[in-house]
Amino acid sequence: MDFERREAPYLAPTANVAGIMQQVLLALVPAAIAHVWFFGPGLIFNLVVAAAACIGGEALMMRLRGRPAASALADCSALVTAALLAFALPSLTPWWITATAALFAIIVAKHLYGGLGFNIFNPAMAGYVVALVAFPMHLNLWVAPRMGDIDYQFLTFLQTLQYTLTGNLPDMLTYDQVSRATPLDAMKAGLNDMRTTAEIRSLPVMGDFGGVGWEWIGNFIAVGGFWLMIRRIVRWHIPLGVGAGLLVPAGVMWLLSPGTEPSPGFHMFSGAALLCAFFIATDPVSAAASPKGRFIYGAGIGLLIYAIRTWGADVDGVAYAVLIMNMAVPAIDRITRPRIVGHGGNARSP
Amino acid sequence: MSSPAPTYDLGKLHGGLRLDAHKSASTGLPVQSLPLPAQLILPIDQHAGQPAQPLVGVGERVLRGQLLAESPGTLGAPVHASSSGKVVAIEPWPVVSRHGDPAPCIVIECDGDDRAVESPEDPVPYTELPADAVLHAILQGGIVGLGGAVYPTAQKLMQAAACKLEYLILNGAECEPYISCDDMLMRERADSVVSGAQILLHALQLDCGYIVVESDKPEAIRQLASAMTDAADERLVLKQVPTIYPSGGEDQLVQLVTDREVPSGGLPTDVGCLVQNVGTAAAIHDWLQNGEPLISRITTITGDGIANPMNVRARIGTPVAELAKFAGGYTDSARHLVIGGPMTGKSITTDRVPVVKATNCILVLSDLRAPGPELPCIRCGECAAVCPVQLQPQQLFWYACADDERKLRSHGLIDCIECGCCDLVCPSHIPLTYDFRMAKARIRELEDEKARAERARRRFEARSERLQREQHERETELARQKERARQAGPDAIAEIMKRKQRDEGD
Repeated sequence: MDFERREAPYLAPTANVAGIMQQVLLALVPAAIAHVWFFGPGLIFNLVVAAAACIGGEALMMRLRGRPAASALADCSALVTAALLAFALPSLTPWWITATAALFAIIVAKHLYGGLGFNIFNPAMAGYVVALVAFPMHLNLWVAPRMGDIDYQFLTFLQTLQYTLTGNLPDMLTYDQVSRATPLDAMKAGLNDMRTTAEIRSLPVMGDFGGVGWEWIGNFIAVGGFWLMIRRIVRWHIPLGVGAGLLVPAGVMWLLSPGTEPSPGFHMFSGAALLCAFFIATDPVSAAASPKGRFIYGAGIGLLIYAIRTWGADVDGVAYAVLIMNMAVPAIDRITRPRIVGHGGNARSP
Repeated sequence: MSSPAPTYDLGKLHGGLRLDAHKSASTGLPVQSLPLPAQLILPIDQHAGQPAQPLVGVGERVLRGQLLAESPGTLGAPVHASSSGKVVAIEPWPVVSRHGDPAPCIVIECDGDDRAVESPEDPVPYTELPADAVLHAILQGGIVGLGGAVYPTAQKLMQAAACKLEYLILNGAECEPYISCDDMLMRERADSVVSGAQILLHALQLDCGYIVVESDKPEAIRQLASAMTDAADERLVLKQVPTIYPSGGEDQLVQLVTDREVPSGGLPTDVGCLVQNVGTAAAIHDWLQNGEPLISRITTITGDGIANPMNVRARIGTPVAELAKFAGGYTDSARHLVIGGPMTGKSITTDRVPVVKATNCILVLSDLRAPGPELPCIRCGECAAVCPVQLQPQQLFWYACADDERKLRSHGLIDCIECGCCDLVCPSHIPLTYDFRMAKARIRELEDEKARAERARRRFEARSERLQREQHERETELARQKERARQAGPDAIAEIMKRKQRDEGD
């Protein structure tokens, strides 16, 4: 009998890229539900616009590069970029801003560098920063979370849709009525006004650790993140690195001066810190290669988030921290190359 | 008396994979004896190293155990007739070592009598022989490493004997899925393995031997422990290693058992260890104690393409098709024939190939590995996490694509053991092992080319130097003659001219 020839190994592969991307998307679902609950349906519109732009951009670029678009779309990586962007942008974002960010992410940050696997910068963060620089006013406009106690104006599904499509609020509403300072904004402004952290923490937007709503979304992001770690899709090095890089300086400063420094818990549960630790910094393409390198990479991001939040102009700093560390990856890879078995160590020279 | 309970004190192995064993399918039955086939096909080269020369001609009758081919000197290993019969051809036949391409083979038509050559006299007990005589005796038995590398055992032992050795390690890890021939050997003939270990210790003048088995073979461990109790040999220790592929790789086993790393490009003997497969030890026992050269071996025939997976003792030279027939034939889903394990085995296109000394497993598989499209590397790092040598396959792949020889070297391509772990976990389904094999071949080619160019350059330089030297010599000679002539004056010149004319006249 005759047989077909193959190359070893002959066992079925244990993972595939699309499966990994789909699980990352799945891990974001609990946080997405919480997000919609606290901030209204804006996230859904962001997601739809970002997904459409990312898929369109991916298909267009694959076509221009003369490659089959189907295989690139099937790997679902464009959808992960879209989802991260949707989470990063305020829930009230006009569609052209989302689309600009998404198209920049896919076309410039991803495909102009060679497509999946070759991008130096995290596409979602590159797109977000472009939007942040181009549309600063819109990107600092966050709707108030569902708190139940104060006179905030909760936008309906149609009102949110109208804003997304036109950029205009319904006639009788003003920006001041629908939006609130984010916890990070409130903290920064309060500290600049020489108020103590305790005073700032008593504002209605503040919850137990971070802001109302924000901290619950953070919890669900952590749930999804730990699930990915159990599934071994995300290894512990980057999340722990980000956590350590952010919490260690925050903790030390807070212990030294609790009145003027926000607590480590506040740092962790505000802004995009948890999203960054589990979902953004863990993008393997733009991260360092070795386990040790990944911890250093994560710690660098954490440190930069702390530095930008404390001394910088940007209130959150996640996107800048990630992009800066993306630049450091080749250097990190160089200094953290693992020792090959049989070279040095306890290997006796022949 | 030594305690035969297995010990666990182990070094660390980086990475590795826990694979589905698929072994129980073939361990249900005891090892079956395969009936003699009509024809035996014996490749002349069944070992690494010097090729053997045939000693018989077509038409000659041969007996079981008779020497058929021998390598010159102490290199290589002899080939013996696996049964009695007539040599009907010495011709090219498809063989495993060439992926089913033909290589010279001695074809014997069996007469069915299976008559053995008369052994000269009762063998001298090995304990009464000096160590080097035992090594020489092992050479005569045609014994090669049965773990798969088929390095001639005597040669390996002689090289090792020249090194400073501390441990003999008998490899019974058998870490690749599906393969169970060593497991069955240890279950059924643990005493032969232990006896083989004692012979090896004697031949190498060592006083510490480890017999190492993976933890998923409790029955083999039980039998070995009992055989070791019977042998009551203080020098032998039974060790259990975790069931992690590739714990049975030679260097990996050394690392697990002794916590020593075999240096890059070196051998286990560099760290005082000699590794032998348990099957090799049993074969040494068979030869030195019973006078039976290596003419048969246990082979696992298994996989979802085989109706009744099992282990058989087959004569060397039996066509694979015969084994498949004995094991109930192929199932309808049989698509691939692999000789060896599913991680490192060779895919062969025809089952006409014969079982050779290296054939530990015949694996017939349906289309298991979905040939999904190869996607770009996403640098997930899983490959690096499982690499037992702690390479970074994702980086190597990058450099292999760029054909960056310098980077490939500095990132340890040469240290890759081609275990296939990175391949299996790659979510982008990049055939990393294959790519690395190709890159290694290219580097070797480049090296050869460089060496050739270097030789040519040296030849050219030597030639120009020679020409220059000759030129120089001619010039000095001429100058010397001129000088002499000038000093001798016109008479002498006239004399010379005259002589020259006379010479030309002749």
